[in-house]
Amino acid sequence: MSAVETNIQSETVVPPQTATPSNVAKMRGRDVCVFYGEKQALFDVNIDIMEREVTALIGPSGCGKSTFLRCLNRMNDVVDICRVTGDITLDSQDIYDRAVDVVHLRARVGMVFQKPNPFPKSIYENIAYGPRIHGLTRNKAELDEIVETSLQKAGLWKEVKDRLDSPGTGLSGGQQQRLCIARAIAVAPEVILMDEPCSALDPIATAKIEDLIHELRENYTIAIVTHSMQQAARVSQKTAFFHLGNLVEYGETEQIFTNPKDERTQGYITGRFG
Amino acid sequence: MSTQSEVSHSIGATIPAEVSRRLKRRYAAERRFQAYGIGAIMIGLMFLLIMFVSIIQAGLPAFQETRIRLDVELPADKFPDDPAEQTAEGMRLVGWTGLIQQAIRDQLQPETRADALAMHKLLSPNAEVGLRDIVVADPSLIGKSVSVWLLSAGDVDAIVKGTMSRDVPETQRTISDRQLTFIDTLEEQDRLRSQFAFTLFSAGASSYPESAGIGVALVGSLYMMLVVLCLALPIGVAAAVYLEEFAPKNRWTDVIEVNINNLAAVPSIVFGLLGLAVFINFVELPRSAPLVGGLVLTLMTLPTVIIATRAALKAVPPSIREAALGIGASKMQSIFHHVLPLAAPGILTSIIIGLAQALGETAPLLMIGMVATVFTYPETPMDPATALPVQIFMWSGLPERGFVARTSAGIMVLLTFLIFMNAVAVYLRKKFERRW
Repeated sequence: MSAVETNIQSETVVPPQTATPSNVAKMRGRDVCVFYGEKQALFDVNIDIMEREVTALIGPSGCGKSTFLRCLNRMNDVVDICRVTGDITLDSQDIYDRAVDVVHLRARVGMVFQKPNPFPKSIYENIAYGPRIHGLTRNKAELDEIVETSLQKAGLWKEVKDRLDSPGTGLSGGQQQRLCIARAIAVAPEVILMDEPCSALDPIATAKIEDLIHELRENYTIAIVTHSMQQAARVSQKTAFFHLGNLVEYGETEQIFTNPKDERTQGYITGRFG
Repeated sequence: MSTQSEVSHSIGATIPAEVSRRLKRRYAAERRFQAYGIGAIMIGLMFLLIMFVSIIQAGLPAFQETRIRLDVELPADKFPDDPAEQTAEGMRLVGWTGLIQQAIRDQLQPETRADALAMHKLLSPNAEVGLRDIVVADPSLIGKSVSVWLLSAGDVDAIVKGTMSRDVPETQRTISDRQLTFIDTLEEQDRLRSQFAFTLFSAGASSYPESAGIGVALVGSLYMMLVVLCLALPIGVAAAVYLEEFAPKNRWTDVIEVNINNLAAVPSIVFGLLGLAVFINFVELPRSAPLVGGLVLTLMTLPTVIIATRAALKAVPPSIREAALGIGASKMQSIFHHVLPLAAPGILTSIIIGLAQALGETAPLLMIGMVATVFTYPETPMDPATALPVQIFMWSGLPERGFVARTSAGIMVLLTFLIFMNAVAVYLRKKFERRW
């Protein structure tokens, strides 16, 4: 589809340490296991999430794709019984290292959730909250600018610029989700994690979000969990197929969907189970 | 279409008797159950109505009091000459009662000494308070004659209002036939009137029903509410936030949770005993003080506030927390910037309900000595005072007709406060209902 993709050689199940020279792994998971209490939810996941690419995580419900996504910015920390082993690195730094501040990590690795969850405050406040708590701005003018550019990047500026003071919860579902994306962008993250961002939206709103993901890819590394294989095929460059807590297959999206190596992947993408 | 109707027809035709009988029974059972429900509600409403009617009937007369107009001579020789001493304190020893008794004798011209005594008893023993207040307010009246509406005795009040019948034989009345004629005379002379009983709201305790009021009790209750508000709100909210948001889920927090839930159901008198043992015997705070009452009521209210606050926090959707955490807010920031403000209406409601509960509580206050006859207003929460429900409780034990009315009047005032507080809670809850 794009020039970037044609550069990439076909991938195998185990991702290479370095892909083509133009690509760098932004985040890297090595032997990642996740336990909820006694129950193991993820088994030895090895994956490289490439910089400025969209990586789609697909698989049937309960396969651990969301769990893995939430490990990438340590959202699982808030779950008391959750335990993560193995290494996850961001720019070669272990994010579970003691020296890493989780608040700082989440500013670098932003997240968009399944259900649009704007704060019940004004649109402006929704965007401004992040920069404010991180102290990214020194004055109102800078904050205004961040709010505007974030909304522009999220493709929402034209629709809401006249009503920044109205509540964010008053927007439509698709607008709310783009507001949430704008909110994530506002703290200038390097990676954006999206957990089924379109599952609560209608097809038109979904198309808008997908277009937005295409645009965001130029500046951000994106990992997206999705139930829709069409969506994965449309928006992603790399696809990882999870099944029963295992990363079954990981590679170029085109290859996964046209020439899967594992028969479970084959079965899932052809709709035989899942 | 035709096959469909055939099918339905055949169903109706093949299993008619059995099914229709059962259906009938099912509907009958449903109607019966609804009737039970309506019946239960009706019974409840009926008792509520009876309660309100009887309280209002008994209490309304207490909102009126009878006063007698007398022309009281204020001879200068009975008063201190120095204007500086013409204060409430300086004129305390003036024979006010004598002046008033002289005035009523002048008015009604007794023929015998017994008549004179009977006349004196038409006036409340506390009637002098009204006269004294007037003279203190305007010392220039000294040496003149002043026309004042003075508080009548409780029995006179009862006769005028009709709560005591004139028809019963004299021996069964606390007021004599002779006194009745005096009352009639005063009425003819237009010297008798009923007016709104400000005394009920301004006065403190008194042995005479006509001059007893809930003023001191109201101030005492107000102080206690302030103490409860200042302590239960921060402590309760802090405890709830910690338990709900920060505390690890382990056996200890489970034990604490179970205990808090149980504490809410502990009889309130137990809290009174605790207050007696800790605040009065150990810390040696004064008895009868609103501060101690407030502390005890705080202990009693805390479980309610904690439970309701936790429920309010739980009602905030986790997505809000995730949203805040997801853009790098710390846990503390996500709670204080997002969760608490959203839970605030619920917390506010819980506090008001808790305060209303504390306002109506009697038993624990009896244990810490708030069941005292207090005449003067407390100036600080450390001064002796009583509480509204305790005052009602004390009046309910007194036999005089006037106190029976005042008991019900006190209940009416208390209920008014409670209904008002609950209405505010409902209003706030409706107004700030969740907006997501």
